[in-house]
Amino acid sequence: MASDIPVLEIRNLHAGIDDTPILRGIELEIPAGEIHAIMGRNGSGKTTTANIIMGHPDFEVTDGGVQLDGENLLDMEPWERARAGVFLSFQYPQAVPGLQVGNFLRKSVAAIRGEDEAKGAEFRKKLKDSMTELDIDRSFLGRYVNDGFSGGEKKRFEILQLMLLQPKLAILDETDSGLDIDGIRTVAKGINAAVRGTDSGALIITHYSRILEHVQPDRVHVLIKGRIVKSGGPELALELEERGYEWLEEAEKSA
Amino acid sequence: MVGRSGKIRLIEKGMVRNMAAKEAREAVGEYKAGWHDPENATIRFDFGLSEQVVRDISALKNEPDWMTEIRVKAFHHFENRPMPTWGNMSMLEEIDFDSICYYLRSSDATEKDWEDVPENIRDTFDKLGIPEAEQKWLSGVTAQYESEAVYHSIREDLEQQGVIFLDMDSGLKEYPELVKKWFCSVVPFQDNKFSALNTAVWSGGSFIYVPKGVHVEMPVQAYFRINAKNMGQFERTLIIADEGSSIHYVEGCTAPTYSTDSLHSAVVELIALPGAHIRYSTVQNWSANVYNLVTKRGIAHENAKIEWVDGNIGSKLTMKYPAVILKGEGSHAEVISVAYSGKGQHQDAGAKIHHLASNTTSKILSKSISKDGGRGSYRGMVSVSPKAENCKLNVVCDALILDDGSRSDTYPTMEVANPSARCEHEASVSKVSDEQVFYLMSRGHSEEEALAMIVNGFFEPFTRELPMEYAVELNKLMALEMEGSIG
Ligand SMILES: Nc1ncnc2c1ncn2[C@@H]1O[C@H](COP(=O)(O)OP(=O)(O)OP(=O)(O)O)[C@@H](O)[C@H]1O
Ligand SMILES: [Mg+2]
Repeated sequence: MASDIPVLEIRNLHAGIDDTPILRGIELEIPAGEIHAIMGRNGSGKTTTANIIMGHPDFEVTDGGVQLDGENLLDMEPWERARAGVFLSFQYPQAVPGLQVGNFLRKSVAAIRGEDEAKGAEFRKKLKDSMTELDIDRSFLGRYVNDGFSGGEKKRFEILQLMLLQPKLAILDETDSGLDIDGIRTVAKGINAAVRGTDSGALIITHYSRILEHVQPDRVHVLIKGRIVKSGGPELALELEERGYEWLEEAEKSA
Repeated sequence: MVGRSGKIRLIEKGMVRNMAAKEAREAVGEYKAGWHDPENATIRFDFGLSEQVVRDISALKNEPDWMTEIRVKAFHHFENRPMPTWGNMSMLEEIDFDSICYYLRSSDATEKDWEDVPENIRDTFDKLGIPEAEQKWLSGVTAQYESEAVYHSIREDLEQQGVIFLDMDSGLKEYPELVKKWFCSVVPFQDNKFSALNTAVWSGGSFIYVPKGVHVEMPVQAYFRINAKNMGQFERTLIIADEGSSIHYVEGCTAPTYSTDSLHSAVVELIALPGAHIRYSTVQNWSANVYNLVTKRGIAHENAKIEWVDGNIGSKLTMKYPAVILKGEGSHAEVISVAYSGKGQHQDAGAKIHHLASNTTSKILSKSISKDGGRGSYRGMVSVSPKAENCKLNVVCDALILDDGSRSDTYPTMEVANPSARCEHEASVSKVSDEQVFYLMSRGHSEEEALAMIVNGFFEPFTRELPMEYAVELNKLMALEMEGSIG
């Protein structure tokens, strides 16, 4: 059931690093049950936006606000945001040698959803089913987190975490890059199942319309130099793929 | 007493030193060679070292003459031997040998109080979830807990297989010939200044003999050592695994070993006869005032295998390089070690392996973490003698530095005198990256938890070699070390 308060609300967000501004007044609202997409050139600020929502300590927010379900996120530590329901599928997931996947998943589910959710037959079944769905071999449970994983394996592992952690807001930073077609289809299915008809929302950062064909985003936003310059329906993604970003940059300059 | 892990924990720390003054006087009274004043005798043992003190120690224990003579010779060697010129010389210079109690303590020191155990250590016990009674015991406050029943069954089990498992003092009493044959055969007292000191004043430690073909299935823990008088400053351990036998010995404890004694200098000698397998695992967590200067060495005969699994946490300065002499053809050595150095601490650890025979193989894996200005050093020596054909050597040392003021150095030496040897050496120094920490934090883990996950992951190749309960405790301990580290 969707409530009136948006899952994610970003108002006039200005942020940067070492006095260099990167985001310059982002406005974004994702109502419950919706999936939005952000597209934009390399370096336009997509990952930075995701990092700031998740609470990366390197960035400084100079103005504006970010709310999850009406709750101010900016005062929270990253792990508090995770426990409040923010999930980020990283563009470049980090390896942690020596930390076993099975152990890590159990600990993360325990940290975010509670100890009880991380034990017993139910958890094991959910884990097993999700791994089957994502076509991840059982042997991965004994491997170390992202250590020696192929590009696609890392992305699948991010989605496995998404499925187990069941966040309010899922941010997928170029999860489709590096995934094969089956992978993209599975991810799209997973996102639809997680968001449609629920209180949750999703933000998909991508360069390609392919994944958007499968998830049918409610809105597509175009980010240029740290500002959302245009928003539209799914057809905008196709238009961007055809025309590139130049026409929008021109419009931005003259604006 | 049955500890957390359901096993007996019999930490005999300081038992000799905690011997009641009355008992001590009685013991000393029996000794003919001129104790005119028992009171002073006790005090004389308290501080400083002389030939007389060494002779007194030996006499008090009723030792055979040959042992007394070795002790005395070792003492003179200790006196004349200069300090090592490696490790941390300025820290070594701070050791005041005259302020060290070499054997007995005067009675007031035995009246230790739980309140005297530093707050932070008591805190750590609590956080590790160790029950209060056991805490007192581990910290040496309470004399002894014993569960006779469990104790006995373990001992009977071993006895039935013909395994000798005693404290070193009893070993010398009951099996003088065996001890005489092997004592100092692997680590001669002339080896270094601290092996000389240990030989002069040793007390306690384990004596183990495993007969031919006997496989001791369960890891044997120092805790089970019956009748042991002390796990003290100058432990002496001797393990002989006869042909085709095997044993896994575990010593130490992840709980902080609080000690008022500042110098701990043990010697461990292992003899693996043809086809035998000895694994010696240690996890030590000394309090930050302790110098831990230990000589550990094993000799592997034909097709024998010796493994040192060595974890060092805490202490002020640790200098420890478990060594294996591959004497027999086809023998194998492995040294896996981890070291954690925090504020004001220096862990100078590593391994030494000497390939004296053909077709011998060795593996060294050394992992060190330094934090809060701590310093970790890997010091390794691997050699292949000219006659040893087709040897294989593999050395990997990894260091993880947690903050800017901390330090890690490696001093690897390879002396390969036979060209048929195949040598591999890898070394890495890494820092915990902010991105790694952020990734883990984004999965609901606090910064401390994230650090602990990274640190425990780094130690995992070591931890997985430990018996389960030690592994769990070590993980918890490292998590505690990461607490309060975020500024
Ligand atoms: N840690 C950092 N230090 C310095 N500059 C940074 C840092 N992170 C981001 N930037 C800069 O901020 C700008 C936006 O980067 P961001 O990673 O958000 O781009 P993006 O839209 O995700 O690009 P891509 O499509 O290539 O992933 C870039 O110019 C980048 O160099
Ligand atoms: Mg990016």
